[in-house]
Amino acid sequence: MDVLPGVDHNAPLLEVNDLHVEFRTQYGVAKAVNGASFLLNPGETLAILGESGCGKSVTAQAIMGILDTPPGYVTQGEVRYRGLDLLKLSENDRRKVRANRIAMIFQDALSALNPVYTVGFQLAELFRKHRGMSRADGRKRAGELLDQVKIPGAQARVNDYPHQFSGGMRQRVMIAMALALDPEVLIADEPTTALDVTVQAQIMGLLAELQQQRNMGLILITHDMGVVADVADRISVMYAGKVVEEAPVYDIYSQPGHPYTKALLESIPRLDMKGQQLSVIRGLPPALTNIPSGCPFNPRCGYVRDVCRQDPPPPPYQISPHRTARCHFVREVLGV
Amino acid sequence: MSDVVLETKNLVKHFPITQGIVFKTKVGAVRAVDGVDIELHRGETLGVVGESGCGKSTLAKLLVGLEKPTSGSIMVRNENMVRLSGSALRRARRNIQMVLQDPYTSLNPRMTVGDIIGEPFQIHPDAVPRKGRERAVQDLLDTVGLNPDHVNRYPHQFSGGQRQRIGIARALALKPEIIVCDEPVSALDVSIQAQVINLLERLQKEFGLSYIFIAHDLSVVRHISNRVAVMYLGRIVEIGDDLAIYEQPTHPYTQALLSAVPLPDPRLRGHRDQIVLEGDVPSPANPPSGCRFRTRCWKAQEVCAEKDPPLEVRERSPHPSACHFAEIRDVIHRT
Repeated sequence: MDVLPGVDHNAPLLEVNDLHVEFRTQYGVAKAVNGASFLLNPGETLAILGESGCGKSVTAQAIMGILDTPPGYVTQGEVRYRGLDLLKLSENDRRKVRANRIAMIFQDALSALNPVYTVGFQLAELFRKHRGMSRADGRKRAGELLDQVKIPGAQARVNDYPHQFSGGMRQRVMIAMALALDPEVLIADEPTTALDVTVQAQIMGLLAELQQQRNMGLILITHDMGVVADVADRISVMYAGKVVEEAPVYDIYSQPGHPYTKALLESIPRLDMKGQQLSVIRGLPPALTNIPSGCPFNPRCGYVRDVCRQDPPPPPYQISPHRTARCHFVREVLGV
Repeated sequence: MSDVVLETKNLVKHFPITQGIVFKTKVGAVRAVDGVDIELHRGETLGVVGESGCGKSTLAKLLVGLEKPTSGSIMVRNENMVRLSGSALRRARRNIQMVLQDPYTSLNPRMTVGDIIGEPFQIHPDAVPRKGRERAVQDLLDTVGLNPDHVNRYPHQFSGGQRQRIGIARALALKPEIIVCDEPVSALDVSIQAQVINLLERLQKEFGLSYIFIAHDLSVVRHISNRVAVMYLGRIVEIGDDLAIYEQPTHPYTQALLSAVPLPDPRLRGHRDQIVLEGDVPSPANPPSGCRFRTRCWKAQEVCAEKDPPLEVRERSPHPSACHFAEIRDVIHRT
């Protein structure tokens, strides 16, 4: 593996502190991420939960260093991998981190893979560029990887093109590609959103298995509260670019601490219940060019008071040693 | 709830696969819908679930007359929609409208909202007299919870949820009895889905509508439906009321589908009956012989390859199920 100076193996695996990302467009500045902070430990699954436009994918892109610049800029904050602030690294050093230490899988495997090269070539490319392997060796490793992600007849399918795979199989190819160089952190951005439920179950099972084998830290970005309940250890709920609540998975579902989380949980129909009243979150998520002053959730919140419209949301309130929520009325929301 | 507003008999749609450019020869057929019998009662919601490629969207298109079936019949108000043509067909179509999945592509960006919702009146001029149309459009906007003053706005000025409301208003314009909803909430954000689901429920009560609700999200379908049909490779494999399908499923495919849905409750983790299916859905151009699910089924035996199991009530299945070995298995609750 490439040498990376400044890495301290006793430091936390991945730490994001007060990250701010904005997009400078002709219509104004869109503040996509406004102070996101979280911590990821080895072997742990952290879910980042939120609706479209809440900044969850942009956070992932900033961690990976694949933001489109321009128009996207990280304006503040740090992303520490084992103590090393990735945002201060040169592009050359960041390439050593990408795929080697931190890898990512995307939602749409068909557009993430190159249609004019075989999957074997694309997988082998990683070994050639990062490990200096020969073409033949790379191809051999590619076959092994496809086998690890349980693609039937892996060795024969190395020479197939992405369009020859089904949706689920393509997602497996993406996972193989992300895991090729044994990263310590895997970021999965809506990995199963485009898939059918039975295939989703296969892919999530595979991810959990591979994570356990390798003791990887996994960041799962999703809007699906069901998937999160099934696999996550901890959850960060994002709204309008801020982490509004962070909690262990068991706490958040039984007793949400932020009005947004609570409203989300009450608005989804459940498979194992009939006749429940769906409560509605009124209004829309805010436009990122025009985030409401005060707490960004205040126009849609059932607990709103004057203070929410005037003052920014309070700093994370420590509910318990591992739980925080950013709301003036946490205790009321918790019902204590 | 007893009177039937829509009934299909042995509905089939095969799309031909052709070869050659000048002399096209038919070399096969994609059997998108392959013998579907459904009954829809007044004021009822029939949910149709299944994975992509199972034929549920083709079924929707057949029902509203956007595709002509290869064979079979669609009876609405004692008329066979398949046999109708010309003005008779046009009149019959009024009664069955559709809400489409993607509110971004299903509204013409160059038309104002007023024109979009009023277009059905131009096609059916006798529905509302010319003078009353503007008023009718504004009333429709009000009915679906939009501001009636926004008739002159364009679709891009609305959010996804609001656009879906426009689509619903358009479907309501001709006062149909039946609305076919093809994945009406799957393109929307979680916090917006509930708004549209509640709207559909309110409209159903207000106008006595019957819905065919097609979706891949089994939780949403359970919430809104009275009865549910599960489709696999162009056929209905199990049909029954909400309790039958969700609490007492008997077809292995229904069971696998339900067990794969993650529930928003971490306490159930590892405490549910988990069935993980191998492989993918076979191609509808070349479905397996006998039972179509047998290639992925853990119960499959020789008889499954030889004999196609009809959809019927069985010894161990109190509701119709197309499996030789149908048997109740609870997959959504704690075990």
